[in-house]
Amino acid sequence: MRTARAAAILAGLAVAVAACGNAPTTTQPTASSSASAGAGDKTLQGVKLEVAAKWTGQEQKNFESVLKAFSDKTGAQVTYASTGEDTGAYLGPRIQGGNPPDVAILPQPGLVQQYSKQNALKPLTDAVVQEIDTNYTPYWKELGSADGKPYGVLIKAAHKSLIWYREQAFQDAGVQPPTNWDELVKASQTIADSGTPPFSFCGASGWTLTDLFENVYLSTAGPENYDKLAKHEIPWTDASVTTALEKIAQIVGKKEFVLDGNSGALQTDFPTCVTKVYGQKKAAMVIEADFVATQAVQDGAKVGEDAKYIPFPKAGDTAPVVLGGDVAVAMKDSPGAMALLQFLASKEGGEIWAKLPGYLSPNKNVSPDNYPDPLTKALGQTIISAGDAVRYDMSDLAPSAFGGTDGKGEWKVLQDFLRDPADIKGAQTKLEDEAKKAWK
Amino acid sequence: MTERLNGPQDPPATIAGGSVPGPADTPRKQRRLGPSPTVAIVFLLPAAVLLGIWVVYPIVYSIFRSLFDATGSGFVGLGNYLTIFTDGSMLTTIRNNLIWVVVAPIVVTTLGLIFAVLTERIKWATAFKLIVFMPMAVSLMAAGVIFRLVYDEDPDKGVANAILTTVHDTFSSSQGYPEARPREGDQSQVAAQSGAVVTKQPVQAGQPVLVPIVGIKPEIMPGSAAPAKAAPPGNDLSGTVWFDFTAGGGGKNGAIDGSEKGLPGMTVEAVKDGQVAGTATTAEDGTFRFDGLPAGAYVVRLPQSNFQAAYHGLTWLGPTLITPAIIGAFVWVWAGFAMVLIAAGLAAIPRDALEAARIDGATEWQVFRRITVPLLSPVLLVVFVTMIINTLKVFDLVFIIAPPSVQPQSNVIALEMWRVSFGGGNNQGLGSALAIFLLILVLPFMIMNIRRFRRDES
Repeated sequence: MRTARAAAILAGLAVAVAACGNAPTTTQPTASSSASAGAGDKTLQGVKLEVAAKWTGQEQKNFESVLKAFSDKTGAQVTYASTGEDTGAYLGPRIQGGNPPDVAILPQPGLVQQYSKQNALKPLTDAVVQEIDTNYTPYWKELGSADGKPYGVLIKAAHKSLIWYREQAFQDAGVQPPTNWDELVKASQTIADSGTPPFSFCGASGWTLTDLFENVYLSTAGPENYDKLAKHEIPWTDASVTTALEKIAQIVGKKEFVLDGNSGALQTDFPTCVTKVYGQKKAAMVIEADFVATQAVQDGAKVGEDAKYIPFPKAGDTAPVVLGGDVAVAMKDSPGAMALLQFLASKEGGEIWAKLPGYLSPNKNVSPDNYPDPLTKALGQTIISAGDAVRYDMSDLAPSAFGGTDGKGEWKVLQDFLRDPADIKGAQTKLEDEAKKAWK
Repeated sequence: MTERLNGPQDPPATIAGGSVPGPADTPRKQRRLGPSPTVAIVFLLPAAVLLGIWVVYPIVYSIFRSLFDATGSGFVGLGNYLTIFTDGSMLTTIRNNLIWVVVAPIVVTTLGLIFAVLTERIKWATAFKLIVFMPMAVSLMAAGVIFRLVYDEDPDKGVANAILTTVHDTFSSSQGYPEARPREGDQSQVAAQSGAVVTKQPVQAGQPVLVPIVGIKPEIMPGSAAPAKAAPPGNDLSGTVWFDFTAGGGGKNGAIDGSEKGLPGMTVEAVKDGQVAGTATTAEDGTFRFDGLPAGAYVVRLPQSNFQAAYHGLTWLGPTLITPAIIGAFVWVWAGFAMVLIAAGLAAIPRDALEAARIDGATEWQVFRRITVPLLSPVLLVVFVTMIINTLKVFDLVFIIAPPSVQPQSNVIALEMWRVSFGGGNNQGLGSALAIFLLILVLPFMIMNIRRFRRDES
């Protein structure tokens, strides 16, 4: 009797604790599906794992179906917890409190460095490293390493050098997909004249603005300068930054170019800005990565017919290819955590995920044929075949106080810049101030 | 969340008891009747240990930690405190906290007083009180989510702007072609000028004026619009206002192409020497003609009223209005709490004092000002001080309501403390310094409140 009551109280506490976080959901191996996967050796029967990642909505569902495949194979019970946009703020207290999730998906390689310094990460076992060596190019392996030690598996890549557009809006205005920056500005003017604001910006989500800046900067200043700025070896007050901001001001500085005006754009987060293009059909273009497709499909657009993309147009001499990615790391020493990382790094895990929309695999052995549509197939091809010209998302390489925190650093300054695009000098000074604080 | 109600300042029981004279059998000083000191210590120990672990140790450790840098190994002395008072964004948070402390407690206490006095008089007092008190049953986090929606800029979603636009549109509805603009350029005859569209040069009768307009959203294009035509030649001043955009592209800019439509209902003025000499309205094909205008050169103007942008309400969640907007949400939550406390105090006011004053011929206002408020002042002070403490530690409402793009402008100390400690920078030295700073701010009010309770009890 008494134990039953104690158990009930504990269960109640557990619910309360769960309610404090972003309601985790549990993927349980169901009897029927585990029977169908009977061939798998259920070595992890009864093991419980917690995975924390920032995905919500459709992206979360897709990831959960990958987790389910893992559960079916191994018998482990995997719980998903959403960290929200600010992964550092979610994981920080949990690391401090000695209660981190077994596996965390970090949205920035910068966090791998940061957490490895705090000894919060567990080095990958040889089995996982081997899996990475067979499936990944050294470039990707390096992104998940700190001080030469591999800690993370890059499980999801994002192609950030894209501009998505609504075919109907382009047709109504009679414009062709632009191939360089000047054409983009001209096409935007024509679309604005036709009565449709050309751009829907996701100003409330600061990272979308850094992505825009990185593409323009990589294009106008070239890869060498890009690397230097990423390490803060040249100051943000550099003339190359001025050029890039001037280019951006060409599209954010005209009020007829920006849906809902600049202050409205600052209250639009991602993915609402996508819905405004494909769901509400209010604007013509949204500048973001391949994962826009997930939301576009939800909004009822057909990728490839209504929703199309163009490679980010050249604003200078370089055709920009900026990539992002999510790194899975183990934060607890448990066999389940390593098994899950190995599964996520494997061809098998990657192919299950690749069949779902909005996913690009950095795994070279995941055949692009798995992708659900030809557009994603083409993107997957470019990521795998991309040579030395690609650059990793600059803000994700920066200390997270500068490149990855709501209301701070680069996010905040670029938001202020979107509010007042005339003040290029002021934005540069503030960027440099923030960078100095973060890199000291 | 419950801790907000049960904190050390928790007054309800005390207040109710405070105004009523306490039981006579609680003498202030007792002779040693109770148990020996050893027994007393044994009984005190559990509470003392718990307080030590949960209150004293964290405070001491925070002070210690605030003297070190982000990693916790480098001693920086008072450097973190210096940062608080020199860093621009920190100063913004301090300024915001000041606004909160000055505005929110006064508004909450005043509203609570008004509600409490009014509910004394009405029939359905309990029902009314219940409704005003209900927001207290909602967690601050949920209240934040609610108000994030209330303040949404889109009037179709946000109630605040829905009300504003409805009221506004009742008095002046937007009409014409909001946000449309002239096609400008060297070939164009017209240019935008402070909201209106004017011809660059004065025009003569007999040479039709072309006014190309672009940027008209499909949904505001009138159904009656007919393909645009050039104005027929004649002796009067005439011209065409049309949507200079061929659907699907291909039209020639500044020229009336086959499928382009006229803009009916546009007001056109002929201006001479700053005076409006004549007014015309465009027809369905966009043509207009001034009849009976004396010969001469006129500037043709499409006044601003044609392009009045639809009223979209206020940008509640923008950088200027964000703090007042969040304070509004705070008032919504706490006004009921203040009302209940003040109503309890009101019930304890001796009726005979009020009656006597009324019999002496005092007006209701005089009774309220000279008798009710002075007698209530202890309760009002408790509510006020409680609210000051609550505003100093406000966190959740700001965190939830302010969109990320205006978080820096709406930031408060408690939120900044959490952000620098755990978000991004992980600088727990600076975070601890902020925590101590906040503690120092709250302390005087805590002491004030405790003193009050003691005095009331004695």
